[in-house]
Amino acid sequence: MSDDFIREVEHVARLARLLLNSKEKELMADQLGAILDTARKVREIDTAGIEPTAHVFSIPAFLREDAISPSLPVEKVLQNAPKKMKSYFLVPSITAIEEE
Amino acid sequence: MKLYQKTAAELSRLLQNKEITAVEVLNSFMERVDEVDPQLKVFITCTFDSALETAAAVDHRRMENEKLHPLAGVPVAIKDNFCTEGIKTTCASKILESYIPPYDAAVVEKIKSIGMPILGKTNMDEFAMGSSTENSAFFVTRNPWDLECVPGGSSGGSAAAVAAGMVPFALGSDTGGSIRQPAALCGITGLRPTYGRVSRYGLIAFASSLDQIGPLALNALDCSLLLEAIAGYDQRDSTSLHREVPQYSAAVDRELEGVKIGLIKENISANFDPEIKDAVLKMAALFEENGASVTEVSLPHTDYGLSAYYLIAPSEAASNLGRYDGVRYGFSANGDNIFSLFSRTRGQGFGTEVKRRIMIGTYALSAGYYDAYYLQAMKVRTLIRRDYEKAFQNFDIIVGATTPTPAFKLGEKADDPLQMYLSDVCNITDALAGVPSLSIPTGLHSKGLPMGMQLTAAPLNEGLLFQAAAVLEKCNDSSPVGRPSILPVEGSCRNGI
Amino acid sequence: MEFETVIGLEIHLELQTRSKLFCSCSTAFGSEPNTSCCPVCLGLPGSLPVLNRKAVELAIIAALSLQSEVQTESRFDRKNYYYPDLPKAYQISQYDRPLALGGFIEMEMDGAKRKINLERIHIEEDPGKLMHSGESILDSDYSLVDYNRAGIPLLEIVTKPDLRNGREARLFLEELRCILLYSGSSDCRMEEGSLRCDANISLRPAGSKTLGTRTEVKNMNSFRAVEMALDYEAGRQAAVLSAGGSVVQQTCHWDEGARETIPLRGKEGSSDYRYFPEPDLLPLILKPDYIETLAASLPELPSSRRARMMEEYGLDPADAAILTENRSLGDLFEAAAGEYKDYRNLARWVRGDLLYLLKGSDRNPSEVDPFLLIKLLTMLDEGEINRPVAKDLLDNIVKNGTDPRELVQQKGLGRIADRETLQPVVEKVLAENKDAVASIRQGREKAFAFLVGRVMAATAGRADPGKVQELLRELIN
Repeated sequence: MSDDFIREVEHVARLARLLLNSKEKELMADQLGAILDTARKVREIDTAGIEPTAHVFSIPAFLREDAISPSLPVEKVLQNAPKKMKSYFLVPSITAIEEE
Repeated sequence: MKLYQKTAAELSRLLQNKEITAVEVLNSFMERVDEVDPQLKVFITCTFDSALETAAAVDHRRMENEKLHPLAGVPVAIKDNFCTEGIKTTCASKILESYIPPYDAAVVEKIKSIGMPILGKTNMDEFAMGSSTENSAFFVTRNPWDLECVPGGSSGGSAAAVAAGMVPFALGSDTGGSIRQPAALCGITGLRPTYGRVSRYGLIAFASSLDQIGPLALNALDCSLLLEAIAGYDQRDSTSLHREVPQYSAAVDRELEGVKIGLIKENISANFDPEIKDAVLKMAALFEENGASVTEVSLPHTDYGLSAYYLIAPSEAASNLGRYDGVRYGFSANGDNIFSLFSRTRGQGFGTEVKRRIMIGTYALSAGYYDAYYLQAMKVRTLIRRDYEKAFQNFDIIVGATTPTPAFKLGEKADDPLQMYLSDVCNITDALAGVPSLSIPTGLHSKGLPMGMQLTAAPLNEGLLFQAAAVLEKCNDSSPVGRPSILPVEGSCRNGI
Repeated sequence: MEFETVIGLEIHLELQTRSKLFCSCSTAFGSEPNTSCCPVCLGLPGSLPVLNRKAVELAIIAALSLQSEVQTESRFDRKNYYYPDLPKAYQISQYDRPLALGGFIEMEMDGAKRKINLERIHIEEDPGKLMHSGESILDSDYSLVDYNRAGIPLLEIVTKPDLRNGREARLFLEELRCILLYSGSSDCRMEEGSLRCDANISLRPAGSKTLGTRTEVKNMNSFRAVEMALDYEAGRQAAVLSAGGSVVQQTCHWDEGARETIPLRGKEGSSDYRYFPEPDLLPLILKPDYIETLAASLPELPSSRRARMMEEYGLDPADAAILTENRSLGDLFEAAAGEYKDYRNLARWVRGDLLYLLKGSDRNPSEVDPFLLIKLLTMLDEGEINRPVAKDLLDNIVKNGTDPRELVQQKGLGRIADRETLQPVVEKVLAENKDAVASIRQGREKAFAFLVGRVMAATAGRADPGKVQELLRELIN
């Protein structure tokens, strides 16, 4: 697997916020390469003038009335929180958002 | 015959006639779970206590001559990607290992309001990504027909539970075959309904434009009963279809006279196991004997289905799984800044297959690749939909093999994702087209493993599928595969994991 | 070298709905943290969005009032990025098929007529709110997250790069706010964050057509801050370019205290948002007659009202501008003008004393009864009361809704013009101010005004000033 592709894998892992160790990176590079080779098959077809399908059925969007219904009790909002402080979720420093 | 050997329809009749009680029914299934689950490893969480409460309440209400739903007291098992209030819902992932949802999925609400006892939450491939249930973060589920084989996936736990008589029927989800493929490998009947037929509210998303909830059962009638119970419009799911729910179970009594059946050329001419193809042809002959016409039909873009699917599903998945970041719920790794919290939580919390799909999806959507991959795949999806629209102008039902091979050995494909992906090859185009598709057993392979055939109809024509399947069941005196014999061993599942 | 500044704005407005964009949680401002949250706005596994009809309606109304072309088919997309305030790790927004395209605001800027064009208008959801443990993002060990705001409906308005300096940006925002308040789509409160503005700013040699490298300025929390921040940033870029340097494309924060723009860390790589169509929401299809119905229900907008009021009531531009700035103030004026025909006098009172009293008492013009106002002005015109008394009566109208005539009768506040009442008062004033009388007799008229003032004061402002002067002359001579 080329170094270029390893760098590509690193870039994508960063976008996806996935920390991969070097063994995982190599495995991913190998397997993604093979999977993408298969996926590339879609590019063999001429799709000029073909609309993409985002939803299989075109039904009109349902619009909800603007009415309030009860929210979850705050204990339930926080019941699965890994870290909390008072009634907030707690997260570590956000300064280094792009590092590591 | 023990109660756990009966179908849901039989149990329903006996309960309504007050010949048996819901508690008796439940006890029979719970004993069966205790007997065979140590070998099969189906349940991530057993919910026997609340199931008993439900059963007792149903019995009480029946004694009071309250009008009850026909399925009241008939137990069900639920794949562990349906949210259940107050009950752990894991998606078989480390990242949700101790997650307790504060609400019920729409279908769980329906099941509860009917009074169906929920036996437990079944094992699956992590986030429904896989075809063998080996991608569960917790344990491997075994095929009741051969403990060395996989039950299929991702709804492998639900399929194995039904096949082994641990529950009369179960709920699964199907994104690209996750109901039909395990149903085929376990010798039972499983339906992927029309996209939008069943509310997805509370189903933990894998690929939103493909995910659909459906029943796994011993036969078409049981499938139709469970579908009737869960189908219907739901305002909370914007993609849910605003259409009446017909009485699907009435369809099983209809004849096949004049029904036009198409044998999918691309499926039947593929390099699949010959015994599986022969079994499909045998079933086709039975259709003809019953007055249906059978001719070949072509879905010309079938070959591109797998490629399109493995771009669309991972792209949606990569986005749907972004929320597991260690902030609000679920596993959270230590990180001294937010970036390391995110990437360590996700790096450690997700299994290999999930990471692989997140990587594919992120790649396919990223700058510079969107048009060539994702957009192109969505256009191919349009062509595949048109194949189906064209086919259903001339045919009522189109059929082919559900899987290329019978159940494979545990570990056989675990290291080769592409080989694993190919085991869904027959199931993917239906999902891309959003049409309903039913897998039914066709017989036993010489290896002693069940084989399956897939019947597909135009949108909202589930009734027709049940009708055709029921005709074959009559010819075969219920099921062509019968039931696996599993000997009980020591142990109990009651503690779950 | 002479530079031309090129500014485009991205404005986020909260749409005034009761419930959130995709769920039924309340949008009320100032609730306890994480109390307006449900599975949908928390992004819990399995939850799904359902679009709020009112949000769509308000967005269409806003777009129509800005002359933007509402699209009969628009679409929702997912904008994928990771941030702790974003519960699903994607924001549901509209990317390549927005709700409305184009649009403009025409306005006077320093005497010249200007047309500021809009690029697009779309609907999206707000993320939650982060609070930092330290003074700022940069020195915080941890942060706290409140998701009450997550899912509140926002309208994003993107302008073309048609603005040329900070003042123009401020004037544009003021006009935009005025229009949207008229149409009722947003309350536009910058201090509560219901109107937020980011700007893209670049410089180019005067006369050039190509755009220079831009910076994005964020964190401007008032219209004044927008003006200052953009003028500061334009100056900074001009200094860089004049020194032969080049502008670095980056995002800056406006530091209100230091009065300067501070570059944030480079955000390369994070701009790949991997947009794709939101599979959980169907395209938004709008029937043309629905859009037309909403267009027909739009109120008269400030610019045309301004023009009409100048024409119809003969007001000068300054009066018309003030009277139309607030829709209900304009409504009050027009309601009174239906009966009271001295429009310029009415305008003077409404934009002057009345507006001052309203601001001081935190009342809305719609709470003032126009008929009481008419009664007051008529009483003044007919000499029943004096101006100082009128001001007191107006205060009572604003604060208590009191009928001025009843109050005058009740408290005896009418004008005093009869000789019998006034003469003793005048005599007393003359007796107490002999020096003043003396200087008048010596021809110093200044002292005369002083004596009038004393008499007015002695009658609590009620004396008829004409009669007072008459009596004073008579008694002094």
